[in-house]
Amino acid sequence: MSARLRWRKFVSNFMLTLTGVCAAVSVSVLFFVLGYLVYNGGTSINWDFFTKLPVPVGEVGGGMANAIVGSAKLLLLASLFGVPIGFFGGIYMAEFSNSTVAFVVRYAADLLNGVPSIVIGIFAYAVAVLPFKHFSTLAGAFALGLMMIPITLRSTEEFLHGVPRALREASMALGASKWKTIAAVVVPAAYRGIMTAILLALARVAGETAPLLFTALGNQYWSPGLRQPTASLPAMIYAYALSPYDDWHRQAWAAGLVLLALILIVNIFARAILSRGGTVLR
Amino acid sequence: MSNAGPSTGSRSFLSRLWDGDEIARIVTFLFAATVVLITVLLVLQLWHDSSLPRHKFGLSFFVTRVWDPIAEQFGALPFIYGTLFTAAVALLLAVPLGLGSAIFLAELAPQKISDTLQFFIDLLAAVPSVIYGLLGMFVVVPVMRVYIQPALKHSLGFLPLFQGPAFGVGFLTAGIVLAIMVIPYIISVSREVLLSVPRDQREAALALGATRWESTWKVVVPFARTGIMGSIFLALARALGETMAVTMVIGNTPTISASLFSPGYSIAAVIANELTEATGEVYFQSLVELGLVLFLVTFILNGLARLMMVLTTQKGSGMGQV
Amino acid sequence: MKRLTGMLLVVLALGGFVLAQNALLINGAGATFPTPIYSKWFDTYHKANANIQINYQSVGSGAGIKQATDGTVDFGASDGPMNDEQLKAYSDKHGFALLHFPTVLGAVVPTYNIAGVSASLNFTPEVLAGIFLGRITKWNDPAIAGANKGVNLPAEDIVVVHRSDGSGTTYVFTDYLAKVSADWKDKVGKGTSVNWPVGLGGKGNEGVTGLVKQTPNSLGYVELIYAVKNNVSYGAVKNASGIFLKADLAGVSEAAAGAAREMPDDFRVSITNAPGKKAYPISSFTWLLIPAKFSDTAKRDALKSFLKWALTDGQKDAEELSYAKLPKEVVAKELKAINSIQ
Repeated sequence: MSARLRWRKFVSNFMLTLTGVCAAVSVSVLFFVLGYLVYNGGTSINWDFFTKLPVPVGEVGGGMANAIVGSAKLLLLASLFGVPIGFFGGIYMAEFSNSTVAFVVRYAADLLNGVPSIVIGIFAYAVAVLPFKHFSTLAGAFALGLMMIPITLRSTEEFLHGVPRALREASMALGASKWKTIAAVVVPAAYRGIMTAILLALARVAGETAPLLFTALGNQYWSPGLRQPTASLPAMIYAYALSPYDDWHRQAWAAGLVLLALILIVNIFARAILSRGGTVLR
Repeated sequence: MSNAGPSTGSRSFLSRLWDGDEIARIVTFLFAATVVLITVLLVLQLWHDSSLPRHKFGLSFFVTRVWDPIAEQFGALPFIYGTLFTAAVALLLAVPLGLGSAIFLAELAPQKISDTLQFFIDLLAAVPSVIYGLLGMFVVVPVMRVYIQPALKHSLGFLPLFQGPAFGVGFLTAGIVLAIMVIPYIISVSREVLLSVPRDQREAALALGATRWESTWKVVVPFARTGIMGSIFLALARALGETMAVTMVIGNTPTISASLFSPGYSIAAVIANELTEATGEVYFQSLVELGLVLFLVTFILNGLARLMMVLTTQKGSGMGQV
Repeated sequence: MKRLTGMLLVVLALGGFVLAQNALLINGAGATFPTPIYSKWFDTYHKANANIQINYQSVGSGAGIKQATDGTVDFGASDGPMNDEQLKAYSDKHGFALLHFPTVLGAVVPTYNIAGVSASLNFTPEVLAGIFLGRITKWNDPAIAGANKGVNLPAEDIVVVHRSDGSGTTYVFTDYLAKVSADWKDKVGKGTSVNWPVGLGGKGNEGVTGLVKQTPNSLGYVELIYAVKNNVSYGAVKNASGIFLKADLAGVSEAAAGAAREMPDDFRVSITNAPGKKAYPISSFTWLLIPAKFSDTAKRDALKSFLKWALTDGQKDAEELSYAKLPKEVVAKELKAINSIQ
């Protein structure tokens, strides 16, 4: 073996090991994030956190009950707004449209998907807050829903496309009309994939803070109905983190842990279903 | 997918209207059209609500350094600089790390390990920005201020890049946090692209006597070059639009400085901090104009990224040849 | 599992709908300067009047002014009084005026975090202006050392911290600097949001305090209570009579004495650098910005009764939180002015 070959082999092994190190470093970041949150937030999570409202500034104690409920409300409303648009739009794309319309819609959806969340916030502020003279849960849900539309649309289209032609043709052969075929055969076949995509979209917008700064504002109390400002987990984390109060920092870590745990659980669950390709055990 | 069903041209309008299929088509079309409508509305709103500064400042908006709400002088330069500078730092850190990881996952790791690790990387992409901000503020900033920045200053302080007091917050810290946030995108896209490179490319190189690394670095990666570029553009677009994590660690000062230690500002951060308090139409609309700029830049980058992905898949499917 | 999560979301959301349906929710936003006392007031008032909830978001005076002007909140709060232009913009937009009601008096203090220095530093107006202009860059600068003999000041760079958001506290501080430094007035001026020559930006009084606390060798300016409650050192400032005073209730009240006697009808007044041996130079009123007309009578009445309470019983809480009570003459004038809210 010549020296040159030995050198090349050495370089090869060295570089390949280096890539392994890169991968290890990248993955370990995740565990570091999780670990740190568990360490700092885990000790701060108590029953109060989930059930009490925030206490006056500077005082110790209280919780984020209104933020948790606020986030739940926002997400529910956001899905009610964003999912139908994405879902039915996706059905149109997969089943009815011609290629020009499909191109335009897909282009618009991709454009919307790429808009930075802060710009979505500007749009929502101009359209859903200023004209109504109100910060509100609705405005916040509008902003979040906007962000869910493209993901839902593309996933619905993709999963519907993935349903085999044979299934459709069999249904048609049995005399079902097109829309019945879609409703009773195609969509149920793609159901699992679409649901998991919606869950992933939900998980994504659950952590969004920037758009909420301009739409839902914040609230120390429960937010009644839909047209009042509301607290939310990400916005509280942000506000508490910036404060000088140690107790608020503690609560911010706890909230961060809760938020991240929920998001990761949804993600793990959704991806596990997608990759398995079998039926879900109930 | 063709439009199955009887050709609609041969029936009367009324009977077509009654047809469940036609209704379904129209209804779903309306939903799809809504998507286009919303997108158009968004662009229009950004354009319309930035008209004052566009007329008042014109192109000088992009080269003015001053951001003075009292004098109503608004210039975008510090924010554009900060956005680009932090994104550059982020990419400089994330691309080698990300590409290296992707190579490992695609070329070296056994299938199962590769899939498992990719799974974890995908989870990393799901962590919200505000949580990265939290960690940035309480973990990265102190470490930077106490250990890393002084060490850099000590060893490399003669470079203008590493001068100035060590605040902990600043361009470098923001760049590091951004790097962590965009690595997953580089890894997952690059890995996919690398995996799609046809086997015969590798085997040909190996057959000619290349080492594994040489085959990877000199044959496979160049083959996937376009897709990898696409992943970088994607990562860049994400880095430019990041708001929360950046505003928590960048220092929030409109400064243009060559030093990595200097505090700065980004477009997204200034919008987040000042939109709800911008008194006066020019002030408010200048912020909207910044939003418009950000939108346009990310739009172009995302478009380029997609273009590159398309080009790669065409290539991989055997069109271009050695 | 999916169904469970879905159900949980729905239950939580519905819970949010159902709860507190009967309470009247009033939304306000603005200054971080008085947030500690407002927070306490709104909580106490709510405990005494269970059906009235006043939600106050501490987002800075700039946001308070803008949101009040846009009408997206029911009332605003600011320690930088609105200027004539802003007031005109409001009345042009709504057809009626936006009224200023002073609630408490507070002080802006220079806070710092220097390792090894626990003494209270003395700051002259020239030093403060010089530091924030970026001319004085090190702690052991002769100008600082000269006023602080005997203190071991390190040869470190001063990390200047200011507000990144539109702030009444900034207004008060820059108003003071503009009065004591012609250079400052010329180069920067006064306002809720200025073009800072140097420094890091923190969001709200909270953010600045947080930054100062975490950053060695830093200097910022915050409302007194933030420095006190968070155990951050703050220094004495030389007043117009040449005496170094650390902010306290007596000093602030003294600064307001002259204004109390000659309070203008719209209550907008600046009391920085006030004459008087015992006057603390960086003092200020802080105002609630309340529309002169309400279309919602329930909200109007609730706010009016809250305001009356805050100006009388509420003042008791002020001193505990390091705010000075309003002078009696001012309160009397305000109580009369409240009647003009329709």
